[in-house]
Amino acid sequence: MKLKGWKEVTPGAVILDAGNAVEFKTGSWRSFRPIWHEENCIQCLFCWLYCPDMAVTVKDGKMTGFNYDYCKGCGICALECPGKKGNKAIVMIEEGK
Amino acid sequence: MAKIVAVTGNEAAAHALKQINPDVCAAYPITPATELMQRFASFVSNGEVKTELILVESEHSAMSACIGAAAAGGRVATATSSQGLALMWEMLYIASGLRLPIVMTVVNRSLSAPLNIHCDHSDAMGARDSGWIQLWSENAQEAYDNKIQAFRIAEHMDIRLPAIICYDGFIIGHSIGSIEYLDDETVKNFVGEYQPLYPLLDIKNPISYGPLILPDYYMEYKKAQDEAASKVANVVLDVAQEFEKISGRSYGLFETYRLDDADIGLVILNSAAGTSKDVVDEFRDKGIKAGLFKPRLFRPFPYEQVGEALKHLKALCVLDRADAFGGSYGPLFLEIATSLYPYKEKPFLINKIYGLGGRDYLPEHAELALNELVQITKTKKVKTVKEYIGVRE
Repeated sequence: MKLKGWKEVTPGAVILDAGNAVEFKTGSWRSFRPIWHEENCIQCLFCWLYCPDMAVTVKDGKMTGFNYDYCKGCGICALECPGKKGNKAIVMIEEGK
Repeated sequence: MAKIVAVTGNEAAAHALKQINPDVCAAYPITPATELMQRFASFVSNGEVKTELILVESEHSAMSACIGAAAAGGRVATATSSQGLALMWEMLYIASGLRLPIVMTVVNRSLSAPLNIHCDHSDAMGARDSGWIQLWSENAQEAYDNKIQAFRIAEHMDIRLPAIICYDGFIIGHSIGSIEYLDDETVKNFVGEYQPLYPLLDIKNPISYGPLILPDYYMEYKKAQDEAASKVANVVLDVAQEFEKISGRSYGLFETYRLDDADIGLVILNSAAGTSKDVVDEFRDKGIKAGLFKPRLFRPFPYEQVGEALKHLKALCVLDRADAFGGSYGPLFLEIATSLYPYKEKPFLINKIYGLGGRDYLPEHAELALNELVQITKTKKVKTVKEYIGVRE
């Protein structure tokens, strides 16, 4: 993407296009990766609700996995996940392992 | 119809604010600016203005509320002095960086310590690199006129920068003088309907203020801000020309007094210029070609125009009502010296620090400076560049 020159930027750095965070991918910040174990998932969608970005993908009201372009690896989803019978549906593993 | 009144400087500034009727004012009281906002608060309570007055717990909050209101899309004003301005420091840069045309009156007062409530210019000089436009005023009339013009300058679509109006605490702020008020309708038409740029309250076009800008873009925004500042001087002159049509009073980037054919001159800001003009007249009566230069637009400083206006003099004394601690000369001296730097032939320069913490500036101080300049033109030598005057040994 070609960067804009000073004559092209908005006064005061105002952002005019709402919701443009979708263009800002933060996946490279991650040092831990959430892994989804579907067999332990009760589809409570806590992960989707608590995710501070938009890394949890949902289709037809059901959790379908992660979009790692937006996952910084904060681990909130794994912390909040109630799992099934004491087994978490989301666990964090170290990147590169 | 214009009307002649006897009012304090603060009263005149409050009256201007009433006629402008801004959308939002957020302010915190501090001597000597208190009277201005106290009078304006009465206008709000009496329903004479439609302004939303926000009472806050500190000047940091006052400026924060002004920034929020300006980003929301309102015409916004405030006032402060001294420590209040110092407490706003962080937010001053945010107002200018976000390009919000807030107008603030600074009733000049010294900075602590030692604690002192009286006039000097250290408060506004401390804000001189904050990106705010600064217009300085000799008397209540200029304070009133500058305030009205400041809204037009700050809000100009090529500028969109906040502006400060300065006048001397107590000396002008609390002293009664005779000035001329424009009528309400004239002021209303002159400042015009406020045109917001990217208002947050335009909910059909959602936008964001204050994003994190990393090294790939920060300089582009700062360059754009500097470019806006470079256009201020021309806008100040255009607005002044229009203002002359409604008031009959003419303003420039600075005022020159008997300077065109002068050999020696004083450079001085705000109220002390009045006293100095009398002394200049006395020297002229003695056959000495003295003159005076009084900056009006101090930020952005119009270096080229100032240099052109002063380069023909033989010797100049820059009088600073603030010191720039750290081994420096006074802040006004630095700007005058910079303005004259490009010229091969230029006046000898000396710097006198006067009137700190409200110490009286007397005719004898101007006489002392002018007599020294006469000596310098004879000897072609400067003994001491910077010196405190009116101070006990």
